[in-house]
Amino acid sequence: MSVTQLGMPQVRHGVGNIFETEPFPKYAERELKNEQLRANLGFATHKIRDKRAAVTGELPDWQDLRTAGSMIKQKVMANLDTYLEEFERNFTARGGHVHWARDAHEANEIALKLIQAEGVDEIIKIKSMATAESGLNEYLEENGINAIETDLAEEIVQLGDNDRPSHILVPAIHRNRTEIRDIFRKKIEGVDPNLSDDPAELAEASRFRLREKFLSTKVAVSGVNFGIAETGTMTIVESEGNGRMCLTLPETLITFMGIEKILPTVEDYEVFLQLLPRSSTGERMNPYTSTWTGVTPGDGPQNLHVILMDNGRTAALADEVGRQALHCIRCSACMNVCPVYERAGGHAYGSTYPGPIGAILSPQLGGIENEFNSTLPYASSLCGACYDACPVKINIPEVLVHLRGKDIDAKKAKKKQIPTQMDGLMFGAKKLFSSGKLMALAEKGLPMSKLVTGKDHKISKLPGLVGGWTDYRDIPEPPAQSFRNWYKKERPSETKRVAGERVDIDALIAQNKNKVAEAHAAAEVAATDKPAPKTEETK
Amino acid sequence: MSDAKAEILGRIRSSLSDHPQPAEPIRNYRKVSDKSQAEVLEMLIDRLVDYKANVFEETEETIAQRIAEQLGKSSRYVVPTGLKNEWLPEDTAARTRMVDSGNDQKSGALSLRELDAVDAVVTSSTVSCAETGTIFLTSQEDEGRRAITLVPDHHICVVPLDTVVELIPESMRRVDFNKPVTMISGPSATSDIELIRVEGVHGPRTLDVIILK
Repeated sequence: MSVTQLGMPQVRHGVGNIFETEPFPKYAERELKNEQLRANLGFATHKIRDKRAAVTGELPDWQDLRTAGSMIKQKVMANLDTYLEEFERNFTARGGHVHWARDAHEANEIALKLIQAEGVDEIIKIKSMATAESGLNEYLEENGINAIETDLAEEIVQLGDNDRPSHILVPAIHRNRTEIRDIFRKKIEGVDPNLSDDPAELAEASRFRLREKFLSTKVAVSGVNFGIAETGTMTIVESEGNGRMCLTLPETLITFMGIEKILPTVEDYEVFLQLLPRSSTGERMNPYTSTWTGVTPGDGPQNLHVILMDNGRTAALADEVGRQALHCIRCSACMNVCPVYERAGGHAYGSTYPGPIGAILSPQLGGIENEFNSTLPYASSLCGACYDACPVKINIPEVLVHLRGKDIDAKKAKKKQIPTQMDGLMFGAKKLFSSGKLMALAEKGLPMSKLVTGKDHKISKLPGLVGGWTDYRDIPEPPAQSFRNWYKKERPSETKRVAGERVDIDALIAQNKNKVAEAHAAAEVAATDKPAPKTEETK
Repeated sequence: MSDAKAEILGRIRSSLSDHPQPAEPIRNYRKVSDKSQAEVLEMLIDRLVDYKANVFEETEETIAQRIAEQLGKSSRYVVPTGLKNEWLPEDTAARTRMVDSGNDQKSGALSLRELDAVDAVVTSSTVSCAETGTIFLTSQEDEGRRAITLVPDHHICVVPLDTVVELIPESMRRVDFNKPVTMISGPSATSDIELIRVEGVHGPRTLDVIILK
């Protein structure tokens, strides 16, 4: 019998809200014109960023926690099948029911069947990224089930017609208090018509609206922050108490869990319990954390279900570089430090997952070739702030660059290997940069750049592919000669160094003392001799 | 095995065909406190006050008086079965104690409507983490089932001094996760509207912590 080498493993991408719906630059350009969004996001991201820096800075072992978190996640991914089966065994042994869903559709179908089996047409929900990803609320609505979001921000988004979350931690940050007051006045039955825009009063209105729902609704749907394999324990961190209500008062609890949410042991949980709140809200700890280990007679839901959802996670797992995106614990620290997210906002990423993590997660879950996901890995300046902020050290810039490569490869494969303008450019650049002599020769052509330089001493329009750069920015006028050429001329030949010879740094510093000041003075004199360049104002 | 389960496990194994062998996680973070009990207690109080909880330090002699004061003159409050009677003030015409049996499928448990109508709940606690200002309720006899510390609007929680530790890993060693666990760090709060923190949404809006020396 012969064994056939199958080559690349077959990957199954997910469905649902994991796609950029139009090219990111187009979407972002429109969002940039929304001044309220920009102002609110700028304020929010900076405030949370500062709080986060303070509470992570006070821990002497923050970097040790990050290291442990990163290594635990690597271990989880390398043994994911084993841990999932262990989790299922333990959760089932304690009276819970485990369901497996290949994609978001299947997960939604399972949830609908479980809800229908309870004979209800209304459920309460805890804010959950997994159900936002699967589009559960819309699916249930189509099937006659009303899903009530109980997190205050999700409630604001749900009550505001056709609205969408703009941040994964504070989804209604694009709304001002007066807008929220207006939404509540219009949508909450029996609310005081003179409801003010004081946040405390608005929170009170939400308490008034939802209390009865908490006391009477039989079925709740949640996501989960972590599932612990060795015990079958699930856990949710939250602030408002709506989570505790949903986890405690209904008779049936259905939990959506991405298959990557697993942790091996309780000892691993203690690491993430320290990493998540500080990275996320910038608090030492969130007000409420709940854990439940199967069914407890006489306390809480007696009918427990968990739906383990793949939806493209195994596709991400197949990529040796990209799989680290699955380490994400959904804290949103990367968004709060990202200069692109801060300006473009969460909606511009299309998918449930915005910001730097979204730019590497959506293309991997949903496929980079699908819809406009291929534009997401370019939605970054590669500054690396996200990598520094990530509590589990996901190297987001590395994955972004890797995915850009995949995008180029995918497009090339489509065009059947006909070399593109970019290929030509890159081939030329490779030759040039690998030879000092060629580079020096090319630099001799620098004065030629005067031909495309405008009167304002800037290059504002270049043709062809490189025009993509000048569409959004100017290039300053290139110098008349390169540093290499200048140095060759200026450097006295007797100072030339023999290869391998040691340099006396102190002597060199002494020798060149005051040279910088002299050079600047000389340059200034030279500049005042020249006529001033014409500017817009003097025209 | 369901088709979906077999397929997902198959996909995982196929995706891991490069057989990654990550090293065993390095855990160099702090697991044992190097602070004195006084320092740790000071830290806990600082954190709790920061979360807008009310903190009191009492002894076995003064605790009942403190609880009476926090309950106010007129109060119907609930306690779990295992809570020490000596900690609680005598009932009066206007102050009534109700004991919840801890199992809502058996008699002696308050209904959700009854819990919604009481003014307060008094419980003990298992362990408290000073560094994060977190009190752990772990379904013990003197903590009760989860609903009793959730539905009432006012939670008076006793923290015996010997249950105060500095670090999260130290706290975790004292918790049995086989039963439901609730970690509380201050009263219910939200920052969802313009990032302005508002104490009190759905959980108890007042949290009184009594450190018992």
